[in-house]
Amino acid sequence: MLDTLIAGLLHGNAYALVAVGISLIFGVTNVVNFAHMSVFGLGAMCAWFFIADLRWPFWATLAVVVAVTGLTGLLINLLVVRPLARYLPIAALLATYAVAQILDSVSQWVFGPRVRPFPEVLPTDDLHIGLMRFGTSDVVMLALTIAVMAALGLYLKFGKSGRAIRATSQDPEAALQMGIPVGRIQHLSFVIASALGGVAGVFVALYTGTVSPTSGATAGLTAFVAATLGGLGSIPGAVIGGFVLGVAEAFGVSLFGGSVDDIIMFAILILVLLVRPGGLLGRVPVLAPEPMTGTFLGRGRPIRLGRWGLVAVLAVGGVVIPVLGSRTFLTIGTQVLIYAIIGAGFTVTAGQSGVIALGQAGPIALGAYASALLALLAHWPFWVSLPVGGLVAAVGASVLGSALWRVKGHYISIATLGMGIVTVAILRVAEPLTRGVYGLYGIPTPHIGGLALDTPLAFYLIDFLVLVGTLAVVVRLRSSHLGRVMSAVGSDEVAAYASGIRVRDYKALAFAVSAFFAGVGGALLAHQYTYIDPDLFGLTMSLLVLTIVVLGGVNVPFGAVIGSIVLIGALEVFRVTPQLRVILYGLALILVVRFRPGGAWVRRA
Amino acid sequence: MTETQAATAQTVAGTAIPPLLSVRGLRRTFAGLAAVDAVSFDVAPGEVVSIIGPNGSGKTTTLNLVTGAIPADAGEILLDGRRIDRLDPARIAEAGIARTFQNGRVFGALSVADNVAVGLHTTLRAGRPARRLSTWFLLRWIPLLAELAVALVPTRAARREQARIEAAVAAELDRFGQRLAPRRDDFAYTLSYANRRRTEIARALAPRPRLLVLDEPTAGMNPSETAEVLDQLLQLKAEGQAILLVEHKIDLVMTVSDRVVVIDGGRVISEGRPDAVRRDPLVAEAYLGRRRGKA
Repeated sequence: MLDTLIAGLLHGNAYALVAVGISLIFGVTNVVNFAHMSVFGLGAMCAWFFIADLRWPFWATLAVVVAVTGLTGLLINLLVVRPLARYLPIAALLATYAVAQILDSVSQWVFGPRVRPFPEVLPTDDLHIGLMRFGTSDVVMLALTIAVMAALGLYLKFGKSGRAIRATSQDPEAALQMGIPVGRIQHLSFVIASALGGVAGVFVALYTGTVSPTSGATAGLTAFVAATLGGLGSIPGAVIGGFVLGVAEAFGVSLFGGSVDDIIMFAILILVLLVRPGGLLGRVPVLAPEPMTGTFLGRGRPIRLGRWGLVAVLAVGGVVIPVLGSRTFLTIGTQVLIYAIIGAGFTVTAGQSGVIALGQAGPIALGAYASALLALLAHWPFWVSLPVGGLVAAVGASVLGSALWRVKGHYISIATLGMGIVTVAILRVAEPLTRGVYGLYGIPTPHIGGLALDTPLAFYLIDFLVLVGTLAVVVRLRSSHLGRVMSAVGSDEVAAYASGIRVRDYKALAFAVSAFFAGVGGALLAHQYTYIDPDLFGLTMSLLVLTIVVLGGVNVPFGAVIGSIVLIGALEVFRVTPQLRVILYGLALILVVRFRPGGAWVRRA
Repeated sequence: MTETQAATAQTVAGTAIPPLLSVRGLRRTFAGLAAVDAVSFDVAPGEVVSIIGPNGSGKTTTLNLVTGAIPADAGEILLDGRRIDRLDPARIAEAGIARTFQNGRVFGALSVADNVAVGLHTTLRAGRPARRLSTWFLLRWIPLLAELAVALVPTRAARREQARIEAAVAAELDRFGQRLAPRRDDFAYTLSYANRRRTEIARALAPRPRLLVLDEPTAGMNPSETAEVLDQLLQLKAEGQAILLVEHKIDLVMTVSDRVVVIDGGRVISEGRPDAVRRDPLVAEAYLGRRRGKA
């Protein structure tokens, strides 16, 4: 019991250090920095390298880690966050995720992907209070954290630049007018935050006794939730959030086992956000001054295809490519089409209702599993299980998401991220039905009569027809009164509510519509891969869907087709390696955001 | 009782019509500070009532309370004798109160015409089947899904209703002459400040509200644009539209209002006909400060 508590506090300790960094950065730049997770991993790997390989002393290593991670943070802000955040904060968020993947792959390339033991710097099992055993190492870590937190607290309260950080975080424009060099303050915050993240990486490595280049991902995500839980931008909140999650996780795992980790974490997050929409210590104004997506929606006019353009697109997509395309080309085409279906459906949520959901992989997984299980266990034909997969995704995502619509601003994005992860965690836990991590295989391919439709050409044509149907529905919805109402919700919630629109209900409806198409896309994936497992539907997939939509234009269903061609098709056709691909994602985002902030398929106004 | 309060009592007694809007003892605090405290006033049918007062006196908070944008801590708000102070903004809108905002909140991603059409949401019948269920837990999905179905496959009644909406939108835009009509298909985010305010007013007026609530409709407008708004307000008044107005431009207030409520520090300090309020020494004091040497 007490053991569990101590373990929880020690974990919470590291989460708190990382969460403080995330909150600090969010405070001054308004950007959720996913790269922070990798900075954490980088810190751990660096420490391993200097201690185990070069035999440096621990203290010198810690200094090197602080320098390396601090510099990394500075570079992230200089090269990625600042150029993007000015035009489109959501693009900065997506780009930081790309940076995280780059850092992870660089780290894998430099250090090799194995998990390896971390040297025991200080004794880990030499002390005890009563029956509870712990080590000098744990005591030193706790003391260091407390010292670092106290120093940070005093610095922010009394230091000149510390006060400038707080001022920038409260109102960057006013701070600028008071002569605070906001740009430099943002750099400084990145350096401090990243150095803290690096130190936390070392601590966790010390505690768990192992390191791997991707160790940042799990702990980083928890810290990210901790920062949200405490209230984004609030430093004490991040500390509390870190400890709360560390302890809750320790008890949860000791009671129910490791697989429920994610579910517990996000359940706590959502419960807290329902009671306190701005997190434990954060504050959400009574009346939001401007909608979060205000700078982001509909700047510019979508390009119109026109009748002949439409005919040309249909002819190329439906006749020319199927006739001329090689098997490989058509296989890539099916991927492009499926992501275009998911993306076009997602414009209803991300564009019209203005909810930047980060968990679309959830409904995709629900649709894929539902359709696959119906085909495998109940032997339903594909043509029935496909739409039913969509419906299951819509209903499932709506049930899991039903509590989210009270949450506001950035918090709703993070809550949806949690929903996506929880969905997949549930699929993993529901082992008797879903076979857990082993996945489902032998999913039957579609048939017409006795004819098996298992060639790339057949898949391509099925996907093409479903895409055309999706676009027809989404475009029709947009032009209806309901579509206008949904767009009103995304443009300005307060004004919409005052016009008699029940904002939450229409967000929920938009989300259900998007989830339906995500589920249909997932079902198509399942029957074409013939194999699915929970790992397919991770955060990377969710963010890929969002990137596709942002790239094409959140408010433009056809933009999702463009985004999908660029992000899935082009990179696949040119056989870009995964590492380079991430860099190209980032580059594509930067180019689009710089020159067409409303999306590739939107003319600048 | 001051002279102006006596005058008010007379008018209310004299009309003997039950008030359209009745606000009694309204109170709202923010972190311990009473932004609105014991505010009471009435708006009779067809009457134009203005709330004036120095900056930070609680005018906009009063409007936000009346329209349900923020909940009141205490007090009663009645529309046609029915309590509305516990309702959410959507139900208050359905009850017949439409409003505009201080900074002009339009739906940037929609065209001007679509902005106005959204204002008609509360009037939809065929387009929103079973809408009576929309306040019920879980059952609200029935009207939502029905609305989705009608949006994708419109019934004949829904198509007729859509035509009616288009006509109503056109009529509303025409109210502003050549200002809005040529821009009906432009995105609202491209509009000038004054045109945003016009679009907002058109959106609020479209559903023919029982009470129109305007928060500084001429803020940021030049004198000729202000004069235009004044004409439109007088026109609305002639049509019998009840209006609750917050405005800083005193000339406009004096011309258009039937009654003026002056608040300062969250409390009503004077109320009555425009000319009477203008002469009230308390009002001058609130705006200009206390005369030196006077108690």
